[in-house]
Amino acid sequence: MGNIRLENVQKAFGDTIVIPDINLEIEEGEFIVFVGPSGCGKSTLLRLIAGLEDVTSGRIAIDGRDVTSQPPASRRLAMVFQTYALYPHMSVYRNIAFPLKMAGMDKESIDRRVKEAAATLNLTQYLDRRPGQLSGGQRQRVAIGRAIVREPAAFLFDEPLSNLDAALRVAMRLEISELHHQLKTTMIYVTHDQVEAMTMADRIVVLNRGRIEQVGSPLELYHNPKNLFVAGFIGSPKMNFITGAEAEKHSAHTLGVRPEHLHCTADTGTWQGTVHVPEHLGSDTFLHVEVDGIGPLTVRTDGEMPFNYGDRIWLTPQEGKLQKFDTNGEPL
Amino acid sequence: MARSVPSSRKLVFSLIGWGIGFLIFFPILWTFLTSFKTEGEAIANPPNLLFFHWTLTNYIDVQARSNYLLHMMNSIIISFGSTGIGLLVGIPAAWAMAFVPGKRTKFILTWMLSTKMLPSVGVLVPIYLLFRDWGLLDTRFGLTVIMMLINLPIIVWMLYTYFREIPVDILEAARMDGASLGKEILFILTPMAIPGIASTILLNLILAWNEAFWTLNLTAAKAAPLTAFIASFSSPEGLFWAKLSAASTLAIAPILVLGWFSQKQLVRGLTFGAVK
Amino acid sequence: MATVHTRSVARFMLTPSVLMLLAWMIVPLAMTLYFSFLRYNLLMPGMEHWAGMLNYKFFLTDPAFGEALLNTLLLVGGVLIITMVGGILLALLFNQEFWGRGIARLMVIAPFFVMPTVSALVWKNMFMNPVYGLFAWIARSLGLQPIDWFAHLPLTSVTLIVSWEWLPFATLILLTALQSLDSEQMEAAEMDGAGPLSRFIYITLPHMSRAISVVILIETIFLLSVFAEILVTTNGGPGTQSTNLPYLVYAQALLQFDVGGASAGGIVAVILANIVAFFLIRIIGKSLD
Repeated sequence: MGNIRLENVQKAFGDTIVIPDINLEIEEGEFIVFVGPSGCGKSTLLRLIAGLEDVTSGRIAIDGRDVTSQPPASRRLAMVFQTYALYPHMSVYRNIAFPLKMAGMDKESIDRRVKEAAATLNLTQYLDRRPGQLSGGQRQRVAIGRAIVREPAAFLFDEPLSNLDAALRVAMRLEISELHHQLKTTMIYVTHDQVEAMTMADRIVVLNRGRIEQVGSPLELYHNPKNLFVAGFIGSPKMNFITGAEAEKHSAHTLGVRPEHLHCTADTGTWQGTVHVPEHLGSDTFLHVEVDGIGPLTVRTDGEMPFNYGDRIWLTPQEGKLQKFDTNGEPL
Repeated sequence: MARSVPSSRKLVFSLIGWGIGFLIFFPILWTFLTSFKTEGEAIANPPNLLFFHWTLTNYIDVQARSNYLLHMMNSIIISFGSTGIGLLVGIPAAWAMAFVPGKRTKFILTWMLSTKMLPSVGVLVPIYLLFRDWGLLDTRFGLTVIMMLINLPIIVWMLYTYFREIPVDILEAARMDGASLGKEILFILTPMAIPGIASTILLNLILAWNEAFWTLNLTAAKAAPLTAFIASFSSPEGLFWAKLSAASTLAIAPILVLGWFSQKQLVRGLTFGAVK
Repeated sequence: MATVHTRSVARFMLTPSVLMLLAWMIVPLAMTLYFSFLRYNLLMPGMEHWAGMLNYKFFLTDPAFGEALLNTLLLVGGVLIITMVGGILLALLFNQEFWGRGIARLMVIAPFFVMPTVSALVWKNMFMNPVYGLFAWIARSLGLQPIDWFAHLPLTSVTLIVSWEWLPFATLILLTALQSLDSEQMEAAEMDGAGPLSRFIYITLPHMSRAISVVILIETIFLLSVFAEILVTTNGGPGTQSTNLPYLVYAQALLQFDVGGASAGGIVAVILANIVAFFLIRIIGKSLD
């Protein structure tokens, strides 16, 4: 239950083709994340799966059943919206009960399921409140609760954490992952934040301008990016890219090396440069270095690094961590 | 601004504000007071502001002599009737344009607006003749239909602007939750749109009640609403100012009160959402 | 949200309104156009015949038409000036804090909700009547000769009455727009050294410009159709001194029973209104986005 297949799915708005051609198979029970820059089509893709938009051509199947022309209600999916989309005139209880009421369930069963969901999400004491009286995190949980009670084939999350502050985001990330382990239901999660993608996903789909750049596990994407775009998108801070004479020395068009794979010393190394902006976080240090003949590079190290603005330092890439790309942006 | 306004300034503005307010409101106040005078007092010179023999005879006469209640009923039926039908037709139309916008939505909206700008004299002749031939002259039904047609653009526009303020994703969530279109409108849209619908109703009642072109030209004695009834006081049969005042007070009181509570709705409705 | 399912339902939901308004607009207007080319008098039924542009010729060359057109423009112009100037001043006044501001505001707003026939008759009888009216009494108390408003200044009297009715509208709209001016802008201007008059000219007025245009255009649309006030006070007289275009058409249709002539007049009124409506729609259309 929860296997979703997209075959040659295309979506156009008027004359603009937003998604040219997508083929994807989502495994039962997996946590898959659609990630990409704004406008890449990830939310559109999610809405196509949900049935809130029609495909222009192509086929969508859920558990083998063709749902391409089916309305959202009959697809047995649940969605958590970015703005939570809670019903403002209903209490938390009625919000969570609503889908069950629409399905025609009897009152006792509704009551049981709502209270179960509320308990799972620590909402029991808020059941009588209205959304307007809740905090952002609580509203988020009500939205999730409303999705859980339906026992759907899959959960769809549309950037659910973007409206939360940083600390809350981290906490909710853990809760959602925990929920996935508990329920073992397929979860399709859309985000522009690659940290969320990396930490939560079983597999990641990297999208760019309506096309799938790469599908794979987080570590696959990290170690073996299929092209420049994926290499530069995954990993924070971004992978450093070097072009020009230095790249040619290694017979490549572009060199890529991640900030965490650069070693820096005061006296010797491969490249020399001047420290511009140091960022000391205590746990890590990021140094933004203007390297002679190459350009700006970012370096990340554990703990404290005693370098400051204007210092001259040497950088050395770790063995085997220098990635090479040809003129098409593909790895050599 | 967090600075407090000095009392002297407040005093000056209070005096000016109240002065002007009183001046502007005076005709209405005067009418109200005159309605309690005898006819003799009403035309007395010098005019008496408060110290006269207060009487209720005018209010009694207004019903006894001229069947005031019939005309009030007419006004009520026509206003509520036209507003009701207008809503029945206008809510779906506004829903369609607010939530399923298409290429022609903007065009349809501005076209509807343009029908409101048609000067009524332009169609006075054919409407009069059609009504005459179909036996609709001096009927409440005929007038209700006309009121509905001239106010439909405002109803649709107002509802449209209110509907647009409802976040689409709440309606989408209802869909995902398995609600059919009908249930979505019933359980989610309507409760959230009630303030907007109420505002639209208020404004339309006021506009229909006060309409004074078709009500004057298409009615005679039976279906005449209050606008036409009051107009009949203009033929100089003698000076019945006190009665006129009583009839007028009764005719305008409900709308005055409604109006005081719907200032915001008025702004939105009559500027077609351009000013909010 | 706009899927195949919802789109077809939406079309269905729109149809009744669109059909009704289409019928309301096209059918009577087409009939008026048709009648305008006929010689058709209700007192001589069955003798209608084609008259070409004759009705238009008679209507447009009738001196009453010229006067009615002028009166229409004077009426609209007069009311606009009074309500716009008054409206801006009152809006500025009511934007200030003072005691009992809410109640004073209700008093200023009230005239707009009074039905036109009541307004007109109250003014005609109790204020402007040259013998028993309040204005007459005030004049006599000051030793002046009372003015016979509707005999000597008919159009002015009607203009005053209509201005009284519409001043609240302008005030309310302009006040709403004024209140949406956020105080931070004014504070920034103060920091930049602008005095109260400069702030009014450079910040307040531009901010209100959109509301001002909306008020002018909407008032114009409604003022072109002023009817009840004239019917109930002067009946267009003395002569045609207070006749405007709508009243002229009405008189021809329902008093002289000249369907053909009145129809031609109606079409002329429609053309005039269209010119104004064209501009209004441009501005309102922008608010759609």
